[in-house]
Amino acid sequence: MISVENVSFHYTEGGEVLHDVSLKIENGEFVAIMGENGAGKTTLVKMFNGLLKPTAGKVLVDGVNTTQKSVAQLSRDVGLIFQNPDHQLFAETVSEELSFSLRNFGFGSDVIERRVASLTHALDLDRYLSSSPFVLSGGERKRVALAAVLVWDPKHVVMDEPTIGQDYLQKDRLRQFIVQLVSQGKTVVIVTHDVEFVAECKPRVVLLSRGKVIGDGPAANILTDSSLVEKASLVMPQISSLMKSLEDISPPAGLIDAYSARDFLTPRLRGIAGAQRVLQSR
Amino acid sequence: MENVNMSIENGEFVILTGPSGCGKTTFCRCLNGLIPNFYSGDLQGELSVDGMDIKGKPTAELATHVGFVFQNPENQLFSLSVERDVAFGLENLGMPREEALERVNWAMGATGILDLREKAPYELSGGQQQRAAIAGVLAMRPSILVLDEPTSFLDPKSAEEIIGVIAKLNKEIRLTTLLVEHRLDIVSRYANRVIVMDKGRIALDGPPSQVFGENARLIGIGLPRVTMLFHLLRRDGFPVEVNPITVEQASEELRRLLKK
Amino acid sequence: MALRVLRGYCKVGENELSLKFVEGFKFTKIDSPIHRLDPRSKFILTLGFFSVALMFTNIYALLVTFIIQIPAVLLARSVSRWLRSMRGGLFLGFFIFIMNVIFGTPIASSLAFTTRFFAIMSAFSFFFMTTSADDLGLALEEIHVPYSISFTFTTAVRLVPTMAIDAQTVVDAQRSRGLELDKGNFLKRIRNYIPILIPLIISAIRRSVELAEALESRAFGATEKRTSIVSLRMRGADYLVILATAAGLALATYVYLYVQLPTLAIPFEMPRLF
Repeated sequence: MISVENVSFHYTEGGEVLHDVSLKIENGEFVAIMGENGAGKTTLVKMFNGLLKPTAGKVLVDGVNTTQKSVAQLSRDVGLIFQNPDHQLFAETVSEELSFSLRNFGFGSDVIERRVASLTHALDLDRYLSSSPFVLSGGERKRVALAAVLVWDPKHVVMDEPTIGQDYLQKDRLRQFIVQLVSQGKTVVIVTHDVEFVAECKPRVVLLSRGKVIGDGPAANILTDSSLVEKASLVMPQISSLMKSLEDISPPAGLIDAYSARDFLTPRLRGIAGAQRVLQSR
Repeated sequence: MENVNMSIENGEFVILTGPSGCGKTTFCRCLNGLIPNFYSGDLQGELSVDGMDIKGKPTAELATHVGFVFQNPENQLFSLSVERDVAFGLENLGMPREEALERVNWAMGATGILDLREKAPYELSGGQQQRAAIAGVLAMRPSILVLDEPTSFLDPKSAEEIIGVIAKLNKEIRLTTLLVEHRLDIVSRYANRVIVMDKGRIALDGPPSQVFGENARLIGIGLPRVTMLFHLLRRDGFPVEVNPITVEQASEELRRLLKK
Repeated sequence: MALRVLRGYCKVGENELSLKFVEGFKFTKIDSPIHRLDPRSKFILTLGFFSVALMFTNIYALLVTFIIQIPAVLLARSVSRWLRSMRGGLFLGFFIFIMNVIFGTPIASSLAFTTRFFAIMSAFSFFFMTTSADDLGLALEEIHVPYSISFTFTTAVRLVPTMAIDAQTVVDAQRSRGLELDKGNFLKRIRNYIPILIPLIISAIRRSVELAEALESRAFGATEKRTSIVSLRMRGADYLVILATAAGLALATYVYLYVQLPTLAIPFEMPRLF
């Protein structure tokens, strides 16, 4: 479990970036941390693996205060994937890139070989094993960066803006991959402002604005609250706006994606068509 | 790219979209001369803007005809004040001071950043930086404004705002606009035309509601969710007549269907 | 011990990478009479301090050279920054002192040399703290330095904070993959910097390409006759500063040539080591 208790943070030369933030993320939960640029989202997740230590309050990962462990020790359990893969990639081949962290953590060479092979296969990177990561396309480099962190099988996975620069198909593949990770029992935390992506994944949403938590709950509740959405510089999912405009037919709260909207509308549309057919047959 | 044929009329607002690697970024860079001047390769065919043949002309010369706004606001601001930044292109062109200042004021007014005149780029939000970048390009009075995924690094609200600025420019000064975008839900309502590229070729070309049909979905672009909803309804057998691209259109069509 | 103090300057471990020494040379936008001065007059003032500091070897004169800058710093409303940059120079100052003493310079002179170092460092730190990179570029242009050079200079200055953030991100990203920068023998530590340097270099190259594309798209290099919407103008205050500098230099020269300055007597002799 990741426990953030009354955490505040400010850089030595700057204002307060986080103010009295508290939240608990259970093992195996899927959480999206959202908010405007500069709300403190990245600062918050950097505390999960000890890169930043709170200036007030404490962060506990699996019961241990992050000030008690080194970044390397904490990273063993909390895998943090940064937004820009170019800030990570440095090796001569993809396979070496993936082995890097395993060597840092002291894995044996046979384990390394096995893990690298299995991850590259899971992320469809087999054919690039001996390629240089620098010749791959943007989307492929992002997958390599993802693989390079998942390869040591951390219990908790944190992704910082995983959808930026990805097209729809890539995002869909990412969504499916996250579902897979969650089904394996991993905690998955994504930092994002991609509302439609979150609407389709439906995680728990923690909304940050100007360093404070202003909302925490299921995506369907948070993303349909117009005042919260406004404060965090987000927009409501298109389907929610559509449902709001149809308030007179009383759609249930929390329809935020096309599939659930379809499920709600179909019986109503069919009911009318059915009645029409009955009238015609008479 | 392969066998790309396209013509854009004055004042049009065209969205260029497609899956990653489809060639849209490559195409844009042909328009302002970065291809073939900056990036080597084999470019064949004819390219003209305002009747002028642009193939092979240096980018610096094309800057007054084709304005280009890039994805990352940080890497297209050069000065330590917004005013100087917007003037940067004009200074490069050797424009006399008075005229340059006039253009700068006009461009900043058109993009709504007059109050940010003295600010340094690092003091601005991402959305403000992109406005400054647009103003800097606008000041050179190009005939066409090309924007390569300008909202990539912006949060949803800033993205909507910047698209609003671009749409306003297109409408008010009839600035021909070619916008490369993935976020079709925000931009479709302003465009009169959408071109979808796939694997280096043009796959679809037409008004948004026409283009956002089943073929677009198969190519794998991210259609507005209301459009996707109607695809689902159509697949379930309902007599859907239109392809809505905005919430308003979708709402209207749904009411019509429910009333029957 | 020296390594530990040095590490204090490259604190990669804690919350941010802060080279305190370099910080003292970073421009901050403040509205003060000093900030509003033309960069050329400010530079002349700095050169004035520099020349006087080089001229004297007497510790009292050098102390005066150092202290006399303080009113200027006060006027520039940059006292805390200036103090921090002085603190950043402590290590180097101490190093200069120790080195001088070890190699046999009498303690009084060693102190004098250390003071000279601080006087010079303070002067230049003051100049860069109060002059923006843009103004520097304009000043260079005014003295007919080719635009490509002055632009390179101002862009480099502009990019320093951006690249510092990039550097921090790379360090963070690699530490999150188990890289431990403070462990291992000397050779291993050097090797550990490869995963930091390569992404940094690549990021810098990518950034340069993007910048170059954007520059081309803004007609960079379209004509030789580049214009500028702002221009530097020397005003009353600037001429005053130049006059004051000239007067100060004249006074210093007079003192150097004709005035017998008191010396500092320290009844202590370092045992001769060399």
